[in-house]
Amino acid sequence: MQTDRPGVAAARTRLLFLLLLAPALLWLVGLIVLPHLELGVLSLRARVAPRQYEASLAQYRTFFEEPLYWHTFVRTAVMSIVATALTLLLAFPVAWTIAKIVRGRTRSLLFVLCLIPFWVSETVRTLGWMILLRESGVLPGLLVAMGLTAVPIEMLYRDATILVGLVYTSLLFMVVPLIGALETLDDSLIEAAYDLGGSGLSIMRQIVIPHAAPGITAGCIVVFMLTLGNYLTPTLLGGKNSLWFTEQIYTQFITRFNWEQGAAFGFLLLVLSTAIVWAGLKLAGQRFGEVMQRA
Amino acid sequence: MASHPEPSAARLAGPGAGPLAAVTHPDLEALNVTKRFGAHLAVDALSFSVARGSFFSILGPSGCGKTTLLRMIAGFQRPDSGEIRIGGQPMSGVAPNRRPVNMVFQHLALFPMMSVGENIGYGLARRAMPRAEIARRVGAMLERVGMPGTAGKRVDELSGGQKQRVAIARSLVLEPTLLLLDEPLGALDLKLREHMKIELKQLQAAFGTTFVYITHDQSEALVLSDHVAVMNAGRFEQLGTPQALYYEPRTPFVAGFVGAANRIAGHAQDVGGDAVELVTAQGLVMYARRIGPVMAGAAVEAFVRPEVAHLARDAAELSTQYPHYIAQVESLLFDGANSAVLLRETSTRIEFRIALPQTGRLADLRVGETVAFGFDPQRAVCFEAAVHAD
Repeated sequence: MQTDRPGVAAARTRLLFLLLLAPALLWLVGLIVLPHLELGVLSLRARVAPRQYEASLAQYRTFFEEPLYWHTFVRTAVMSIVATALTLLLAFPVAWTIAKIVRGRTRSLLFVLCLIPFWVSETVRTLGWMILLRESGVLPGLLVAMGLTAVPIEMLYRDATILVGLVYTSLLFMVVPLIGALETLDDSLIEAAYDLGGSGLSIMRQIVIPHAAPGITAGCIVVFMLTLGNYLTPTLLGGKNSLWFTEQIYTQFITRFNWEQGAAFGFLLLVLSTAIVWAGLKLAGQRFGEVMQRA
Repeated sequence: MASHPEPSAARLAGPGAGPLAAVTHPDLEALNVTKRFGAHLAVDALSFSVARGSFFSILGPSGCGKTTLLRMIAGFQRPDSGEIRIGGQPMSGVAPNRRPVNMVFQHLALFPMMSVGENIGYGLARRAMPRAEIARRVGAMLERVGMPGTAGKRVDELSGGQKQRVAIARSLVLEPTLLLLDEPLGALDLKLREHMKIELKQLQAAFGTTFVYITHDQSEALVLSDHVAVMNAGRFEQLGTPQALYYEPRTPFVAGFVGAANRIAGHAQDVGGDAVELVTAQGLVMYARRIGPVMAGAAVEAFVRPEVAHLARDAAELSTQYPHYIAQVESLLFDGANSAVLLRETSTRIEFRIALPQTGRLADLRVGETVAFGFDPQRAVCFEAAVHAD
C-alpha cells in the first residue's frame, strides 16, 4: 500500500465510488430517465392513420380544450395540497409528543404504533376504510344505533372520505421527518424563549417552526408527491366521482389504449408536481438540497 | 481582598424595574423551599435571601440540587412546599415568562435562527415594544457589553466569549430583578474561562443587577461572588463570604470541597480549649483547631490546606513553635504558582500534599528526598467525624 502514489489512490477511490453508485444510476436511468424520454416522444406525436404518426401538440391541446381534463387536474392539485396541510396539522402533535414529551419505552411504543398500519398493504388498509364507511358499514350503523341518523348514510364516495384516506396513508411520511427535525431542537432554546417572555404561540412561530422548517418542508414534499400520484385511495374511496388525475392517465393507457394522450397527461402531472414543490420551497424560503438532507 | 462595593440601588430603579423595585425587600428570598423527585429529596427545606445588587453563588457537586433550585427560581419547576419571593413578591403560580427573572443557560441557548440583534431584542419584542425602541436598546446594550455594531451578525459567527456576552445581554436588556446563571462558563476552555470570570464580575458591577450563579467550580464561586452558599444533598452546608468559607469552614464538607485540603481521619486524644490532639489509626499525632463540639475520644477528621504547611530540607529551618514531621517526597506536582509535592510521613506512610514555596526555593527537590514539614495547628481545622452539619 505504501507504494501507492496519491494519484493512484485517488483513482481507486473514484472507481469505488462509481461502483457503489452504479446500481442507483442503473435504476435511475433504466426506470426513470429512459421511460420518460420514451413518454416524451410519445406525447409529442399524433396518430394520423394506422401505424402512422406525426409530430404534433394535439395531445396537449386536447387537455386544454376538454374542461373535464383540466378540471380534474386542478382538483387533484388542490385536494393534494389540502391533504398535505391536514397531514401536517395532524402529524405535528404526534411528532412533538414522540420527539419532546415521552421518553424511553413509551417513545418506541408510540413510534411502532405509527408504523404498524404500514405492515398491511395499502389496498387492505383502504378496504378497511370501506368496511367502516360504506352504507351498510360500521360507522353508519353506529350512528343509527345511537339515534343520530334515521337511516344509514353512505359515507364513501365523498371528497372528505378521499381526504381521510389520503391523510391516513401519508401520516407516517410526515411524522418521521418531523420527529427528526424536532429531536434536534434543543429544549433549552424553548425554555430560554419562555424565560425571556415568549408565549406558546410566539415560541412556536419564532423558535420551533423556523428550526423544524426543513423537516416540515421535506415531509410536505414527500406527502404531496405521494398524494398527487396516488391511484388506489382516491379510486376506492371516491369511486367514480373521485376525479383524480392519475385515473385519467390510467384510462388513457389501459382503457382507451391511447398511449399518446396518457403520456401527455403523465408529463403534465410531472410539470404540476415540480411547479408546486418549487412554489412551496420558495414560499417556505427553503432550499431543496438542505431539505432533502433532513428527509 | 477588598470587599466589593455595593452598587447603587438607584441604577436599578429605571423603567422596567416597575413596581417590584421596592427597596426594602431582598431581591430573592426562599422560605423552606423543598423539592422531591420520587424518593430523592433534591432540595431540602432551604431558606435564604439574596441582597439587592449582590453576586450570589451556589457552589456544590453535581447532583446536589443546585440546578433544581435555580429552575425553581426561574419558574421551570414548582417547589413541593415553601415559597420563593422575588423583589418581595411571592412567585408561586407565576409562569417563567411573567417573572422578573432571566436566566443564562448552561449552553447559552442563543437562538441560531436569529441574528445577534434579534436574539437580544427577542424579549423586548415580546413586550410589544416599538421596533425603533427595540433597535435603540439593542444597540445600547451591545455597546455596554463591548460589541457595538454586531447586531446584524449571525450567532455562529461569534466567538465563545462573544456568545457569552450576547446571552447575558439578551437577559439584561429586559432589566430583570434577578439574573440567574447556570454554569455558563462550563463549556469554555480554561483560558477563556479565566477571562470570562473577570468579565462577568465587571459586568455585574457595571449593571448592578443581582446575579445568582450556580457552579461546581469553586474557583469561579470564590473569585466572582460576594456571598457563596455551599450546597450538598439539597441543603446549604454554609453560606458566607468566600473568605469565610475558605478560612472558617463550618462543616467537614465545606472544608473538603472549598479549596484543596489534606483530610486526615483519626480520633481525638485530647481536647483543650479549641485545640484538639488527634491520633490517626496509624499512630500519627497531630494538632488542629476545633470547629464545633469535639468530645475527647470521638472520631474526628482534620483538614490541612497545602499552603499552610512550611517545608524545609532540614527540620532545624522550621519554627520550633509547631510540631514538625519527617517525610519522603513521593512525587512532584509542578503547576507554576500552584506547585506542590506529595509526601509520605516516614513512620506512618500517611500522604500529605504540601505547597512548594513560590519563591522558587526547593524548586530542585527530587523524588525520594527526605524533608521536614510543619504547620500552625490554628490553621488546620478539626471536626467530629460523624456529625454532618445541619
